[in-house]
Amino acid sequence: MATLTEAPPPLSPTAPEKKPPRRRGRFTPYWLLLPGILWLLVFFALPMIYQASTSVQTGSLETGYKVTWHFATYWDALADYWPQFLRSILYAGAATILCLVLGYPLAYLIAFRAGRWRNLIMVLVIAPFFTSFLIRTLAWKTILADGGPVVGALNSLHVLDVTSWLGWTTGDRVLATPLAVVCGLTYNFLPFMILPLYTSLERIDGRLHEAAGDLYAKPVTTFRKVTFPLSMPGVVSGTLLTFIPAAGDYVNAELLGSTDTRMIGNVIQTQFLRILDYPTAAALSFILMAAILLMVTFYIRKSGTEDLV
Amino acid sequence: MALVNWLKRHFVVIAGLLTLGYLLLPNVVVTVFSFNKPKGRFNYEWQQFSTDAWKDPCGVADMCGSLSISLQIAFWATVGATVLGSMIAFALVRYRFRARGTVNSLIFLPMAMPEVVMAASLLTLFLNLGAQLGFWTILIAHIMFCLSFVVVAVKARVMSMDPRLEEAARDLYASPVQTFLRVTLPIAAPGIAAGALLSFALSFDDFIITNFNAGSTVTFPMFVWGSAQRGTPVQINVIGTTMFLVAVLLVLTSMVISNRRNKQKA
Repeated sequence: MATLTEAPPPLSPTAPEKKPPRRRGRFTPYWLLLPGILWLLVFFALPMIYQASTSVQTGSLETGYKVTWHFATYWDALADYWPQFLRSILYAGAATILCLVLGYPLAYLIAFRAGRWRNLIMVLVIAPFFTSFLIRTLAWKTILADGGPVVGALNSLHVLDVTSWLGWTTGDRVLATPLAVVCGLTYNFLPFMILPLYTSLERIDGRLHEAAGDLYAKPVTTFRKVTFPLSMPGVVSGTLLTFIPAAGDYVNAELLGSTDTRMIGNVIQTQFLRILDYPTAAALSFILMAAILLMVTFYIRKSGTEDLV
Repeated sequence: MALVNWLKRHFVVIAGLLTLGYLLLPNVVVTVFSFNKPKGRFNYEWQQFSTDAWKDPCGVADMCGSLSISLQIAFWATVGATVLGSMIAFALVRYRFRARGTVNSLIFLPMAMPEVVMAASLLTLFLNLGAQLGFWTILIAHIMFCLSFVVVAVKARVMSMDPRLEEAARDLYASPVQTFLRVTLPIAAPGIAAGALLSFALSFDDFIITNFNAGSTVTFPMFVWGSAQRGTPVQINVIGTTMFLVAVLLVLTSMVISNRRNKQKA
């Protein structure tokens, strides 16, 4: 399972990729590639083209849609739904940061401090995957229920006063507020942060820590100057694996949120499956895709680990 | 002061265990509430202890039917994605060919795309082609998004494999087929197994892409989604608890077995 963390495809930064030897059977690789690549072309790439074409069509369900290069759909969609776009990016960003803050200690614990408990903790991190995530998300409705122990504790510690003032919660409720949605997103995508972090932490040579200690580095300095920089590939792929699905998610916003916490995924789902306004839905989905690809490219450039992709 | 020092020394352990608690809390709630006897239609508030749901897990209309559909789809999606993905992985590691970059990005992109985008665009394709939505469209979609994960898992394993083993087999006059079946495949098996396991989990639990492309077919996650609107039966928690326990047991057993094997070897 830990292989999940290898995404994006791993390339060691030191050794340049060795070219595989040429073998007998010039066409063998093409035969091996053909079925899978064809599958991806027809059911992944081609749909993107269909979607792009749908987004510039006009018409109605009854009369049918025709391509009219009606780019105004994009402007209308952005004008109508920019709050949901903004919200998706804010919520997904907050959830990603929370995942990093919460996930790092656990990944570190598994990699360096767990000893013989390592495998058991690893199993416990992965096992929830096998319980339907919808059931687990519904469980948060119970945990964060109005008047329940969690809300009661937060209330008596006056945490909810602060979060209400910030606009994250309303009154003495947590459910149906942005806080609940971010909490659900963080929970759902936390393993996607922990696994890549663990993989890159595990690769760190323990002697580097000793060396830092021998050179009189305090534990905090060792972490800041040695451990954290060396775990950067894990941080980058972990934040990507968290942010991307979180930005497109609509399950948490629907189950734990309210109409005021609708994200762009909710809008796309409603437009597509209930209102049946295909051009608007396609345009929104296209904008989301473009925005995420742009952000990901920019982020990978900035973080200086281009050899990740 | 001693306490502060102790906290300082064990900060990582404490913080890590707190996160683990956060990860596992919902599973605890799911398990506890599988023994609940709710008053209304929704199983969100604790009322009283009862084993009714455990005695009659299929007592809810349509739930076990949806479970069986999900299992079938997950099985075939796993088979399809594992076969196609492993083939691509072997080609990528073992052969040189044109358009390697294109192939790599075609495999990477589905993993870097929000599910809702893939779901919506795939539905556009199916609508345009006039395809009948249902079992087959779900299966097609699941094979599509599981494929990349299999490629990554198998590729990692095959890359770490010593190519001299295959050369040795050929030097000993093994035919290409024999080399593949007797040497390459057994060594790649853990990677293939990991990819297959991941595919099964991803397919079985998928909601967003399925919801778009299912038509009137109801998978288990879709049943849960619908019940969140209509009323959540306790049996959902029974299934959730069982799945969690089976997964933990399976993994622990396999770990015990591989530990024993390692000891025997040593």
